[in-house]
Amino acid sequence: MYRRGMREWMLRARWLAVGAWRWLPPALIVLCLLGLWEGLVRLFDVPGWQLPAPSAIGVELHDSAALLWGHTLVTLKEVLVGFALALGVGIYLAIGIAYSRLLERSIYPFVIASQTIPVIAIAPLLLIWLGYGLSPKVVVVALIAFFPIVVNMVDGLKSVDADMVSMMRTLGASRWQIFTKLQVPTSLPFLFSGTKIAIAVSVIGAVIGEWVGARAGLGYLMTVSVPYFLTARVFAAIFILSVMGILLFVAVALMERLSLPWYHTERRQRAGGASG
Amino acid sequence: MESGGPVNSETAPRAKIRLQDISKAFSTGGRRLAVLERVDLYAGEGEFVSLVGPSGCGKSTLLNVIAGLEAADSGTIDIEGLGGGSRLGQLGYMQQKDLLMPWRTVLDNAILPLELRGVSRSRARERALGLVDAFGLRGFEGQLPFALSGGMRQRVAFLRTLLADQDVLLLDEPFGALDALTRARMQEWLLGLWDSLKKTIILVTHDVEEALLLSDRAYVLTARPARVKAEVVVGLPRPRRLDMLVSEEFVRLKSELLAVLLEEGRLG
Repeated sequence: MYRRGMREWMLRARWLAVGAWRWLPPALIVLCLLGLWEGLVRLFDVPGWQLPAPSAIGVELHDSAALLWGHTLVTLKEVLVGFALALGVGIYLAIGIAYSRLLERSIYPFVIASQTIPVIAIAPLLLIWLGYGLSPKVVVVALIAFFPIVVNMVDGLKSVDADMVSMMRTLGASRWQIFTKLQVPTSLPFLFSGTKIAIAVSVIGAVIGEWVGARAGLGYLMTVSVPYFLTARVFAAIFILSVMGILLFVAVALMERLSLPWYHTERRQRAGGASG
Repeated sequence: MESGGPVNSETAPRAKIRLQDISKAFSTGGRRLAVLERVDLYAGEGEFVSLVGPSGCGKSTLLNVIAGLEAADSGTIDIEGLGGGSRLGQLGYMQQKDLLMPWRTVLDNAILPLELRGVSRSRARERALGLVDAFGLRGFEGQLPFALSGGMRQRVAFLRTLLADQDVLLLDEPFGALDALTRARMQEWLLGLWDSLKKTIILVTHDVEEALLLSDRAYVLTARPARVKAEVVVGLPRPRRLDMLVSEEFVRLKSELLAVLLEEGRLG
């Protein structure tokens, strides 16, 4: 018992050390770069409208908090609604493509072709068709985000072990049971991989949508700040967008850990077994 | 070429499952490859029958056909108490790979057949829990498969096959992937379990000792295409024990079987 507890504790300590070792270098690099940036701006007396110092951006984040927060909520809503739409449409499309030869041949090429058309070119058209409100941004976000979801989910559904299907069939499983109890669980890790990419590009989609035409949102705030040389505000918006993207990504990754505990323990175990 | 072993058809038990004239060929790239050729065999009610043959002779295809996963080109399979419909879901089939779902715990992997039949999870788990001791899985019920040894995984797969509640079990080299020691332990364990099972078992193996130790009767199959080359009744008393491996009768049967197999090897 005691030895086991000891071992557990040592494993945890090692895990913490590994964690620190992972996060320390990037944190140090960011700190160094910020320090360099601050120092150079002060040394050469660069005007704030050209390149604000990190401290000036911090002050802007603090002073315009209410304004920034309002626009943040608008962008966040566009991201979440667009992402949800992409997830829903993407999953159903993937199931259709994975199970129907006809759909695979007819729709899959268009799914791929849709990614070769620059979204920035479609966005103004969406403006004409859907106006300045929420919907054109949602469509832009969904257009970008659904692709990684569909591609990964299709791969996942097709990666099912044929012997496993045979096993289910000898147990008298119906097609639906094979789908829900075998194919869906098999494809979940793939779906989450696609979803992590999708959530990261969703933020980019929302900003592009706002640039083309909007009345609110962080992308909109950037476009109206530039003519007035409110450069610190532009940087503040970029900072918030970046934090938003990271937090959304972490949220999806966390959900993945919670819903697929077997996947991560198995992977860690394998990695541990290989090295030790 | 026909039957090489001493067979007395009058004392043979009632056939639970009977294969007649089963043939199957695959066509690959325009070439016809015969895999099974007029296979005739049967297993009596509660009998343990082994099919021994060289590797790659089509034994697994034969089991797939019996299980209903693949169709035979010709021939009939009759199972007592079973009508003409699909055999899928009517026979217990344990494949060589354990095929455990990595996201399900030991217990939940085992209860899969009950779940598919619509038995509630809690009732299914209760039933499986009553068997974990006999299967040497006590304390591992909540573990995920990756944490288990090969022998344990195989026992979970066997428990799953058993919980399908079928009278006939098809076992495709269930111990093939295990190391020699684990394999011997598993054979001993299966021997101990066997009496209480009261199942008709068809075991496919390339291991002569395994076939003799476990079964009442063994068929020797030819190299591809597989045909029944010989039939041997294993007259060893039950309950069987591992130390019978060195008994006079066992050694005699083994040399007899090996002779038939080796002859086949030369022909192939």
